[in-house]
Amino acid sequence: MDKVIDVQRLYASIDSSEILSDVSFSALSGEVTAIIGGSGSGKTTILRHLLGLYPVTRGYVSVLGRNLSDITEEEQRRLYLEMGVFYQDGALLNSMTVAENVALPLKHQGNLPDELTDDIVRMKLRLVNLEEAYYLYPSQLSGGMLKRAALARSIAMDPPLLFCDEPGAGLDPVSLESLDRLILNLKTLLGMSIILVTHEVSSIVRTANRVIYLDRGTVLFEGTVNQALDSDIPEIADFFSVIRKKQKGTV
Amino acid sequence: MKISYKARPGEILNTDDINCRLEEDTLYIAGSLLAAGTGSLCKTIARKTPLLKKQVSRINLNGLTDIDSAGIIAVFYIRGLLKTNRDIIIETDKTAIQKKLELFSPAGLEKSAPPPRKSLSESTGEKTHRLFVGILYGFVKLAADVFYWSVTDLFRKKTYREGEFIRQSVKIGVNAAMIVVFMSFAIGLVLAVHSGGQLSTFGANIYIVDLTVIAVMSQMGPLITAVLVAGRSGSSIAAEIATMKVTSELDALKTMGLDPIRFVVVPKLYACLFTMPFLIILSNVSGIAGGATAAYLNLDITPEIFISRMGQIMQNKDLLTGFVKSQVYAALIVLTGSFYGFSVDRGAEGVGRMTTLAVVVSISLVILADSVMGLLFY
Repeated sequence: MDKVIDVQRLYASIDSSEILSDVSFSALSGEVTAIIGGSGSGKTTILRHLLGLYPVTRGYVSVLGRNLSDITEEEQRRLYLEMGVFYQDGALLNSMTVAENVALPLKHQGNLPDELTDDIVRMKLRLVNLEEAYYLYPSQLSGGMLKRAALARSIAMDPPLLFCDEPGAGLDPVSLESLDRLILNLKTLLGMSIILVTHEVSSIVRTANRVIYLDRGTVLFEGTVNQALDSDIPEIADFFSVIRKKQKGTV
Repeated sequence: MKISYKARPGEILNTDDINCRLEEDTLYIAGSLLAAGTGSLCKTIARKTPLLKKQVSRINLNGLTDIDSAGIIAVFYIRGLLKTNRDIIIETDKTAIQKKLELFSPAGLEKSAPPPRKSLSESTGEKTHRLFVGILYGFVKLAADVFYWSVTDLFRKKTYREGEFIRQSVKIGVNAAMIVVFMSFAIGLVLAVHSGGQLSTFGANIYIVDLTVIAVMSQMGPLITAVLVAGRSGSSIAAEIATMKVTSELDALKTMGLDPIRFVVVPKLYACLFTMPFLIILSNVSGIAGGATAAYLNLDITPEIFISRMGQIMQNKDLLTGFVKSQVYAALIVLTGSFYGFSVDRGAEGVGRMTTLAVVVSISLVILADSVMGLLFY
């Protein structure tokens, strides 16, 4: 399988304090890769590097085969069209309806007839079970609906690579499970590669193929979910302890 | 995407990504049908619809190498364009594409109607109701609450942070001093330059002092100060309270048993009431200084003459009216800023909208109040 993301010996610091130190990992095409770790472990910094929001000053970062430390503005713009980003708080434009938000990348990118764009928007909203929110504004949505609307916008262009920043944060277990199913559908049906930054252990176990565990700016573990569940590394064992107990029937 | 114009017989569209051709009753779509390329295919077929409609009864996707959800929707869109009384079959030998056809089929997509638009009479009624019940009632209620808490807080234990009054006084008053001084000086100077030209025609140069002092002290000084404070602090008060509301800080205060008006608005009101008279005095002094500079440069009226004449025409009433105005303006600015801050309803966008409204309304109210007081104190 091809690597959709390849990070080699990445270092990053903010205001002279080192946030990432010698970080190396990769994510494979068609897989869900979960980047996990405690608060302050560097997950957000890595995500911002992968999204091209922080410059790569030391190390190598490649996304969909493009080297981000050597990328022009135009190449970066084209790369953005091949990726979708699902932000933690939705990041929907408040001045637009949900439908207009989802249609935004479609109108910006293609010369699609309006009727076709409208059908695509309705289909994406149906996919996330949010057809009733077509005419609503983000301020009229609940937290879960906001998340689903944001997911609909991030997949509007069927991007080959989808970044999800804490998609399950603030969701109830039922909504979380339905969101996980949706993510799995995107992977299997559209062949999307998904990078999941999350704390939700149940989500990781349900959706992820591979896990990258960060601890104080370094990669402590990289492997499959089963390897992570069996790991003896104390931090990983602690992280997955709830699931392990469930599997052993102690809860 | 490059479009080839050397079309072969039956060829409808041939680009780098998509090849579409008609053979007998079948429309063959081959290549890669992705969002970026679907627009040209749909538009080309829409142009040739009358011709294709007669022939096509099948759409064959066997030659497709890749298709996304937009491509699937496009296939159904094309089928809709070409459909007559006979059904058009979409065929594919690829399971993956068949699955996508099922998943992304627009069949059953309900095109719900947009919410009905309000009639003119409905929207007029709603706006009138909002003006009287929402805005006027809300403003009066807030003013009553603020008045109550600002008076009672003088005699009981304060609920706001220690040093908050000083902090707000510095923010609203001290930090505005420089801009008030510069603006007032400039306006006093320009006022004297323009009116001095007219007075000198009649040999009434000395009256420039009367004109400058009366205009600055009774009108320009308080008004300029109030407009500047409304622009600076009124907007800041509205933005601060609105942000606190959208981030649930006001709810947090309430659930901790703290009244947001007491905690947030009252210290700002005290600070504005306290600093406004000083700002107006500063504005008066620098406005008159600007006038004196113009009088000296244009009309040869020395500072000694200016000051001596000023002593004759200045009245205690001017100082008193300036003070009364300062208190009215201060109350209007803080109340308007707070009212619009509390009225925010739609996230970050609402914060910007309410801040703008707060500035516009508070400046308008200040000018209105100035007109009323100008007539009362004349």
